[in-house]
Amino acid sequence: MAVAMILLFPILVSGEFKPWLLLDAQSLGATGHFLASFVPPAHSREFLLLILAATWQTIAIATAGLTLALLGAIPLTLLATESLSVSRMESGHMRPAGVAIRQSARWLLVLLRSVPELVWALLLVRIVGLGPTAGVLAIALTYSGMLGKVYAEILESTESHVSESLLKNGSGRLLALLYGTLPASASELVSYTTFRWECAIRGSVMMGFVGAGGLGQRMDESMKMLAGDEVSTMLVIFVLLVACADLISTFLRKRLG
Amino acid sequence: MSFELRGVSVRYASAKHTPSDLALKDIGLSIKQGEQIALIGPSGAGKTTLLHTLACAHSISSGEFSAFGVTPWTLDHGERHALRARFFLAPQTPPLPPRQRVVTAVLAGRLPQWSFWQAIASLIRPNDTDVAYEALARFNLQDKLYARVDRLSGGERQRCGMARLLVSNADAFLVDEPLSALDPALSLQTLAALQQEATRRSATLVCSMHQVELALAHFPRIVGLRDGRIVFDAARTAVTEAMVLALYRNTDDAVAVVATQTYTDAC
Repeated sequence: MAVAMILLFPILVSGEFKPWLLLDAQSLGATGHFLASFVPPAHSREFLLLILAATWQTIAIATAGLTLALLGAIPLTLLATESLSVSRMESGHMRPAGVAIRQSARWLLVLLRSVPELVWALLLVRIVGLGPTAGVLAIALTYSGMLGKVYAEILESTESHVSESLLKNGSGRLLALLYGTLPASASELVSYTTFRWECAIRGSVMMGFVGAGGLGQRMDESMKMLAGDEVSTMLVIFVLLVACADLISTFLRKRLG
Repeated sequence: MSFELRGVSVRYASAKHTPSDLALKDIGLSIKQGEQIALIGPSGAGKTTLLHTLACAHSISSGEFSAFGVTPWTLDHGERHALRARFFLAPQTPPLPPRQRVVTAVLAGRLPQWSFWQAIASLIRPNDTDVAYEALARFNLQDKLYARVDRLSGGERQRCGMARLLVSNADAFLVDEPLSALDPALSLQTLAALQQEATRRSATLVCSMHQVELALAHFPRIVGLRDGRIVFDAARTAVTEAMVLALYRNTDDAVAVVATQTYTDAC
């Protein structure tokens, strides 16, 4: 504990952690002005319709991105999971070919998630132009790395007695996973996936600031025009979206038992 | 010849033992197809390791091992895995996922026989539910067909594990302590069902158990294991009380064995 405190101090200093700045008179005045423009939130009909279309676009970007990410992540997860190794079951260590495949899969996952999605979006906007495509591809690339890694770790940390027994009796690896490990880990996998969908929504909003469409682009425009009321409507919508994702996650987890 | 072992030594699988520690030392065993053998011995003797070795789930470090006329450890990876479908290894703790339905858990015994897409389809809607129903009925568990595994008691789960054995089409049953969670009446019923199925299919049955009196009463051949070595391998009639007591002498299981013997003598 003491070691942690000693290490934390220089980190806080270099991160310029000075919360007392929020409370001095000048900051409070600026904050007050800024917040005043937020109320009441904009609610004219045309504006709300515009925002609804943008919200739909944001959800679509996030969902399409995440679906593509799943398509990429699932094969990599299966390659990277150690608990499906038959050679490890037989003798306690994997064959060299198995180790090579698993390591390459892990490295590919690391590569995919190292580049922040904003950087991908900037690059892709130059290639495919402004609009949602760049956002979808950026999310797909980064999130497949994230989903793949966490899925592999969830599957590895699930008790392997059941899937190992199926493997020992001659079933195929993938089927041993589906019949043995998945029932136990389905809940965790679903909860992580819905959390990532929520993150994808936030991510697609950020990418809207660099031109990838959706609510982000609208918010960028509203902020540049200093229209605080429009910004506050959009913030309310964000809160509702995140609450919605939370409800979906709870519902799916209950259904899975 | 179902299994043939000559001078087989097996290392421990886990890393906590040094590489020179052997779980099984110089094992010699010949088992014909259709034989029924009980494996007895104190805890830690290597019964589970022997069953895993017979099922090709654990590699051997020296000696010769052949099963169904082939030497599994000279085969390539894929062929050896295909050979595993001919054995059914039933571990001590029933390998049933808690949140799965009994019907799917039992039908998982058919996985080596199904094609990939059949297996996927069965996850959504189980094929062959009648086969699962009949298998569970042999253990009086047919009304639990659609129950969830975590709603079953320990004894019921153990019997579901045995039902999975019945739906597979293995030629050798390697069963690790199938009676540990069962009361005496259920133990007799379960053992009878196992042996009937083995006889019907002419399958080899190797069963490890701690209930020595049941082993002596129901199995024609008894193999005693202690500290990784075979102490005796004899027909039931040739096994004396002295041999059994010597097998368990000075171990933690000795008290239970002495108690059962005294009870049997008193009856």
